[in-house]
Amino acid sequence: MKTRHHTVLPGFRLTLGFTIFYLCLIVLVPLMTLPARTATLGWSAIWQTISDPRVVASYRLSVGAALAAASINAVFGLIVAWVLARYRFPGKRIVDAFIDLPFALPTAVAGITLTTLYAPNGWLGAPLEKYGIKVAFTPLGITIALVFIGLPFVVRTLQPVIEDLDVEIEEAATSLGASRGVVLTRIILPYLYPAWLTGFALAFARAVGEYGSVVFISGNMPMRTEIAPLLIITKLEQYDYAGATAIALVMLLMSFTLLLVVNALQGWSSRKLAH
Amino acid sequence: MAHVQTGRTRDPRKGLTEPAAVRWALTVIALVFLTLFLAIPLAAVFTEAFRHGWTAYAAAVREPDALAALTLTLTAAAIAVPANLIFGVCAAWAIGKFQFRGKPLLITLIDLPFAVSPVISGLVFVLLFGRQGVLGPWLADHDIRIIFAVPGIVLATIFVSFPFVAREIIPVMEAAGSQEEEAARVLGASGFQTFFRVTLPNIKWGLLYGVILCNARAMGEFGAVSVVSGHIRGLTNTLPLHVEILYNEYQFQAAFAVASLLALLAVVTLVAKTIVEYRERRSHEPAHEGAPA
Repeated sequence: MKTRHHTVLPGFRLTLGFTIFYLCLIVLVPLMTLPARTATLGWSAIWQTISDPRVVASYRLSVGAALAAASINAVFGLIVAWVLARYRFPGKRIVDAFIDLPFALPTAVAGITLTTLYAPNGWLGAPLEKYGIKVAFTPLGITIALVFIGLPFVVRTLQPVIEDLDVEIEEAATSLGASRGVVLTRIILPYLYPAWLTGFALAFARAVGEYGSVVFISGNMPMRTEIAPLLIITKLEQYDYAGATAIALVMLLMSFTLLLVVNALQGWSSRKLAH
Repeated sequence: MAHVQTGRTRDPRKGLTEPAAVRWALTVIALVFLTLFLAIPLAAVFTEAFRHGWTAYAAAVREPDALAALTLTLTAAAIAVPANLIFGVCAAWAIGKFQFRGKPLLITLIDLPFAVSPVISGLVFVLLFGRQGVLGPWLADHDIRIIFAVPGIVLATIFVSFPFVAREIIPVMEAAGSQEEEAARVLGASGFQTFFRVTLPNIKWGLLYGVILCNARAMGEFGAVSVVSGHIRGLTNTLPLHVEILYNEYQFQAAFAVASLLALLAVVTLVAKTIVEYRERRSHEPAHEGAPA
């Protein structure tokens, strides 16, 4: 590798060398064992594992619940980000700080807490039970855990964009006679789309692979409330390394696709905001 | 709660904001949503932890297995955070101060552990070092245990908390440019002097921010550690795993007592993070507001 222009700063080879070495050692080599291991299984064995109805049901549940949770977060995250960026109310700083609670709270703690809250005798589960709504040990409970986990993503990607909105554009539109509704839907929302989608994709990506917060509230019934990450662990505990690896590879491919989508969205976002 | 005014909010000017009723409705919706999903769960952790009073709480927290779990959690974090800190600084120096091909790819690869499911993060180490793993037979011959032992837990912890420091300080170093460092070098400063006297003061808040987040993740990781741990009480149990064991044994109060320690860590993390954000914003004022989270 060559530097493009001369610089007097030292340490390029050393720091880049260490960076790449450490990246390979901790991340790339371990991750590469997954496709390498799958390759030794042969296509038919892989297909047999991932087309098993129980595995398909777990993929469907993981992806479906993650989509539902990310959609809920997209709607409420937009409202929360807007309120935090534009309005003032008592205690706003504290509310703002606590948005990141799901990042800071260990997932196992979130898992047992949500399960206790939404159990049939819990603070929130008991009132819902009266209306015949069961949350704990159902796909609904899984979705609620995933809403918790994904909550900060939409808020934190939208909030800075809303704060940086140029008020002059709004002023211009308003002075030209546009109503507030028109300004919101025709000017502000289109401007927010890339960041909004990025937040949605990040929340979705996090939710698909989530394990700790879900495993307690889901009840883990095969075909009904068994998520894909749990199935990987079940296979591992049965020493079915091949099965675990095949299931994981499909999830890894999904994650990488999402990572590419997020990168593309962020590129789109920064281009849009640059104008 | 105190009435706090922030510089960021603008005065509601007629025509430039929504009608008062809409503002009220949106604020109420947002607060109800956050109460339901954040405030109530956090309150529930502490309520459940103290359900049977202080003595039961203290007993659960002081129990030998809980203390062993706490020690292991602190040990894993004490190795993972400095390791990822050194990596983060090296990566940010190379990426922020120099031009080279493949830079965007390198930045994407650093973020990889965020995209991977925690369970898969653990699985890859089992595939590498486990009994049936690539290096399994060799390790068994030399009587080295990594999986179902402390080294595996440390490795999984390093993996999941890998990107935090790097991704916080790469943008800061890029934004700062390299003119100040070049000036220091031309004036005769050594490489280390340049770094500690010129670069470090510029990145200290971003660095601290990354370390706080890295530490929270390192101490709280569950899925990845669960796969490599083997759940041996008193030996390979971290705090989050201990919570799981207690909960599955229907010792709910004890589970929540231990969980409350982790919840406390989360609250401290949020407070520290908010202070750092505030200081960082002040150090950049009035030109620019703080970096996004």
